[in-house]
Amino acid sequence: MKLVDHFQYGLNSPICLTWELTYACNLACVHCLSSSGRRDPRELDTAEAKHVIDELQRMQVFYINIGGGEPTVRPDFWELLDYSIDHNVGVKFSTNGIKLDKKRAKQLAATDYVDIQISMDGATAAVNDHVRGPGSFDTSIRALENLAEAGFGQPKISVVMTRENVDQLDEFKAIADKYNAQLRITRLRPSGRGADVWDELHPTAPQQKQLYDWLVANGDNILTGDSFFHLSAFGEALPGLNLCGAGRVVCLIDPVGDVYACPFAIHENFLAGNVRSPGGFQEVWQNSELFTELRQPQTGGACASCNHYDSCQGGCMAAKFFTGLPLDGPDPECVRGFGEQMLADRSSDTVIPKSVVNHSRSEPRNSRTPKAPTMLSLAPPPRRPDRACDESPLAGMPVPDAAPVAVPVAGS
Amino acid sequence: MSTKPLDASATVAGPGSAFDPGSAYRCSPNVALRPEPFGALVYDFVTRKLSFLKTPELVEVVKGLENHPDVHAAISAAGVAEAQRPAYVKALAGLAESGTIEAR
Repeated sequence: MKLVDHFQYGLNSPICLTWELTYACNLACVHCLSSSGRRDPRELDTAEAKHVIDELQRMQVFYINIGGGEPTVRPDFWELLDYSIDHNVGVKFSTNGIKLDKKRAKQLAATDYVDIQISMDGATAAVNDHVRGPGSFDTSIRALENLAEAGFGQPKISVVMTRENVDQLDEFKAIADKYNAQLRITRLRPSGRGADVWDELHPTAPQQKQLYDWLVANGDNILTGDSFFHLSAFGEALPGLNLCGAGRVVCLIDPVGDVYACPFAIHENFLAGNVRSPGGFQEVWQNSELFTELRQPQTGGACASCNHYDSCQGGCMAAKFFTGLPLDGPDPECVRGFGEQMLADRSSDTVIPKSVVNHSRSEPRNSRTPKAPTMLSLAPPPRRPDRACDESPLAGMPVPDAAPVAVPVAGS
Repeated sequence: MSTKPLDASATVAGPGSAFDPGSAYRCSPNVALRPEPFGALVYDFVTRKLSFLKTPELVEVVKGLENHPDVHAAISAAGVAEAQRPAYVKALAGLAESGTIEAR
């Protein structure tokens, strides 16, 4: 059996775990995948967070991706960062750069086993700030300057590709080169507030081709987290695992300890459990009903007869779910246009699922409805998803059949 | 099994030292093995690279290296079929190259 085939049945511990430490954020990006803004009063406290880190160490989760919200606005962020590193759980954290002043940059440059990813969704202030808010471009650039000045080795610049920034790919690369950073580009998902702007911001069909061509020409040094595998159907396959990692090698722990199948799937249908329940994270990862279901073999559904199915596997589960498309059909951005056609064919009574988890500052407080634990069994279980999530550290790596292979851990 | 992150200057079997299945090796102290259904996930705390041991027998061989005078003995002790030996020697050469195992 190929290694990739083993992955689909799940691993003892995740390879790629995203942990959003807080829903609080100083920004209000229009496409925020977790609809962040305000802190949730039920967020894990310092002791609980350390307990989770202890558990991850026991489960030999060797590194985690920390995000939010803006994780660095948590007063105990630096304490948790040190605690995690001291417990052999390396950290890559995503930030808008707000707290990365010269002093922090120096401290981070002296810390081993930490990676930093600065978000930037436009190569110019005009394009970036339109999506991420006024002043956010300057904040990101300042953080990059501080890190470069402190000698921090290769931070990443993380860009969500939109209709407005596809034309800036070369400029992004130039910024990355200027600050000794590595460029990482990922796919816009209709998750969180992203659902509200997806129609307007997701790259057009010609832009998808443009993006694909750029990746083929420049891809060697560009991280993509396997985000754009659905574009492989254009021709030459982009490197990747060809497997949706959700619940198999990937998952998300949200700020209140809820465990979801993937960072782009904050919705009760993809909620597997909570780290505060008996057995903790390990019990959820190894035995939850949802993850067990996600580890079943998948059928191609409507896509099974398409000769591109082997390369795209029907695309991204979250992208389909949050656009109201069936999970066993084409991705909304299917390069053959089947997804677009299905979007157009949605009838007025098509229910487009929306997450009740919303911490946007524009929302009334306490808007989150109480969760009914029975929802999981009442709702139809999600079908096996189809794509490696864009956080996967395995993404972009070749997985040959023979001998062990080395993969850059921070590579995604 | 858990290994503290070590200083990058720690000894790692470099590409310069040719793999010799007739001599003694061990699993690198910089490396942790996480058991998985297919074999094991390997994490190197120094290079921060993930890799995989794709069969349970290969995991046994790697773990057993330190208890045997040479690589061949460790392969035999792990119950690897004779026909598979060349493939295992090749895989172990790759692991020596990457620093997962090192001469002792």
